[in-house]
Order: sequence, then structure tokens, then C-alpha cells
Amino acid sequence: MSTDIIIRAEGLTKVYRMGVEEVRALRGISIDIQRGTYVSIMGPSGSGKSTFFNIVGGLDRPTAGEVLLDGHRFGDMSARQMAWIRCHKIGYIFQSFNLIPSMTALENVAIARIFSGLTLAAARADATKVLEQVGLGHRLHHLPAQLSGGQQQRVAIARAIVNRPEVVLADEPTGNLDLRTGEEIIQLLGQMKKDLNITVIAATHDMKMLSASDTVVWISDGGIQRVARRDEIKIDVGTIDGQTLA
Amino acid sequence: MAEQAQREIPDQTPVPWGVALIVSWGSLRRRFLRALITMLGVVLGIAFLTYMRVNNDIVHALIRLKDDGLNVLLQKAGVDIYAAQGTDTMMILLIGLSLITCLVGIVNAMLMSVTERIKEIGTLKCLGAEDSFIVKTYFIESSLQGVIGTALGALIGLLISVGVALISYGHWVFAGFPWMAVILSLTLALVIGSLMSVAASILPAYWAARKQPVDAMRVEE
Repeated sequence: MSTDIIIRAEGLTKVYRMGVEEVRALRGISIDIQRGTYVSIMGPSGSGKSTFFNIVGGLDRPTAGEVLLDGHRFGDMSARQMAWIRCHKIGYIFQSFNLIPSMTALENVAIARIFSGLTLAAARADATKVLEQVGLGHRLHHLPAQLSGGQQQRVAIARAIVNRPEVVLADEPTGNLDLRTGEEIIQLLGQMKKDLNITVIAATHDMKMLSASDTVVWISDGGIQRVARRDEIKIDVGTIDGQTLA
Repeated sequence: MAEQAQREIPDQTPVPWGVALIVSWGSLRRRFLRALITMLGVVLGIAFLTYMRVNNDIVHALIRLKDDGLNVLLQKAGVDIYAAQGTDTMMILLIGLSLITCLVGIVNAMLMSVTERIKEIGTLKCLGAEDSFIVKTYFIESSLQGVIGTALGALIGLLISVGVALISYGHWVFAGFPWMAVILSLTLALVIGSLMSVAASILPAYWAARKQPVDAMRVEE
């Protein structure tokens, strides 16, 4: 086993029960993700991509199988240990930003720092620093509603990295943004990965994300269809390796 | 990897009450209008309950004075003096009804204020919030809203019932003002209002906090 594996998924299965019907969202996914890489997870809606993403991020539990983060099994952990992992090891970025509407940009970032055990003053100081890094030093005291989509996503990125996590999970981070803003966000994610040696796992439909990725994983029908390194992928207009993405 | 894997993952550090208080206060302040509407639900429910009970207390005290002139006033006001001396089924029914209206009003107001923020609870859990932090903040917010709302409601209910009694019975109200019974009615209203506000907020918050974060974020708003 390589020491470089940050996340290992073993036979992940997820079954949703809808009345008497069973929906198999994941059918036994196994994958190793290398530390410090940028992994894009691609697949159409309903492919199981989001389910996989949520389970790997410790936001949901699999029906069967196991996720190991840095060698620690999620399945063995108590709720309080999972809270520690979510706070210290993983940063989350969502398509709809998920900022707390009643908190300013600064408070949205500082709250994550408070959960890591810092005092209010120290948390605010760190949050200010990180918001300046993502170019929002002049928007510290604005509420999310007073920020543009791109600025909100920057706040979300600052919030995701303020605790220096090892992994950042981004679920369709450019899904609600226009083309140019989306590109800026992708660039920022790539920069973060490089500067902080963070592993980025991004679920996406967005072809632009591919240029930043080290590895691309295609998921379809609850299973891994293909894993490719960036240099192995041929990108044509509208298709990737001959596959159209829904 | 072996060495790192052996290292125990610690429990998340709990957020102190003082910090939770600051977070809750900020949330109430920024959602002032929404918090006010929630509080209004509590105020109305408690004011109605207090009005019914205090009104009943005053009428009973006046009947006990057994003054002929006053009895005429009471009958004019629609009080059945003979029935009210014993157990007045109609009055019990009305107070019971006002109690139910008050409970439904408070539970509805508090429940709404939590369920519209369940997605937020899921997000906070993603950031590393423990279930206890969620419960703490909702406890503080609902206690503040509940206690202030209840106190205001009890005061309004008291003022209205005394005011109405003064209009109907004039100076008689002071002749035999039932202090003890009124204090008891106010205490009851305060206890019911505060307890119901906290319970109606904490229970759904606890329920949401115990969910997997993704399930909380998926809840329809």
C-alpha cells in the first residue's frame, strides 16, 4: 500500500429504499485517491456521482463498504470523531454555496475556525487572512445576499480551507456560476491545491474542470466506468474521448 | 501510513456556551424581523390564554362579593352568576380552548423557525459542528424569544383583561381584586410559554442535528 493514498474507497454500495422499491445508487465502487492530486468525478445526473461524493466526504453512510481517510475507517468512528474529521481534515464546497445567510463573509469563515477550538478573536483574525487570500479583503462585513455568486463561492472556498484540511470536496462548484466566474473559481481551486498541497475532489459536469484535473473518474450507473490521467484524455469540442456528457 | 493510521482520531472540541451565546445573538439580531414574527406568535398565544384566565379570576372574585348592584352589572356583562359559582363548564371549555390555541400557535411559530433553517444545520455539521452546538444555539435563541414573548404576552393579556373589567364593572374590580389567582394565572402562562417555546424549537433542531449532514441539507425548505 502506498503511503500517498489519502482516500481509499472499498466496495461502496448505497441502496435507497423508496417504499417497497430499492434503488441501487452505488454498486460497489473501489478507488484509491493519491494525496495532493486534483480528481474530477464526472458523470450524468443520477449516475451515483453525488452519492459517491457524499459518502467519500463523510456526509452520508454507505449501505456496505468502507471509506478510509489517511488510514482511518469512517465506519469505526463515533459522531464526535466524525465531527472532528469534518472540521480538521475535510473542506466542503457546494454548488449552491451554502453560506449561512445571517452571517457576514467574515463570520461564515470564522465559524469553521471556531469549531476547531479557537477563540473568537483568533478565529476572526485567521478568517480575515484567508478571505484576503481569495481576494475578498474588501468584502469582509458583507452578508451573502450582498455578494455576487462568484464572491459567495470565494467565501465558501475560504471557509473550506481555513482549517488547513487535507482534502477539499467540491460538488459542482461552478454549477451556479457564469463561464468566466467559473473559470476563476477553477483557477483558485487549482492554486489552492498547489499552494497548500490539498487533495481536491470535484464532482462536475463542467469540461473546464478537466484542464485543472490530474485524474478524471467517470461514474455511470452506480459504478466506475473509467479512470484516466489527464494526459490520457483527448478533448474534442462537445465530447471527451468520444463520450458526450449529459 | 502505519504510524498515522495508529494515531487516534480525537473527539471534536465542544464550543463553549459563551461562544454559542454570541453566535445565537448575532443570528437573532440579523434575523430581527423574522425573530419578531416568531415572537409575535408566542405573544398572541400567551396574551389570549392570560386574558381568558385573568378575566375568569376577576369574575369569580366579583361574584364572591355578593353585592346586588354588582350582580346586575355581572349579568349585563353576560355572566351566569349561579353557574359561575360552581364549576362553569362553559368557562372551563373556553380556557381549555384558549390553552390549545396558545399551544398550537407557539409550536407552529417555533417549528417553522427551525424547519426553514434545517439546511443551515446540515451546513454547520459539514463544518464540524457537533450536535450539542446545534442544540445549544437553538436553546438560547428559543429561550430568548420564548421568555421575552411570553412576558410580553402575559403583560398584554393582563392589561386587556383588567381594562375590559374596569369598563364593565368600574371601581368594583379593585374592591376584591384576586391577587393570588391572577399571579397564579400569570405564572402558569409564563411556564407554559417558555417551556413550549423551548421544546418546540429544541426537538426539531435535535432531530435535524442527529441526521447525516447530507440528509439535513436535502430536506425540502
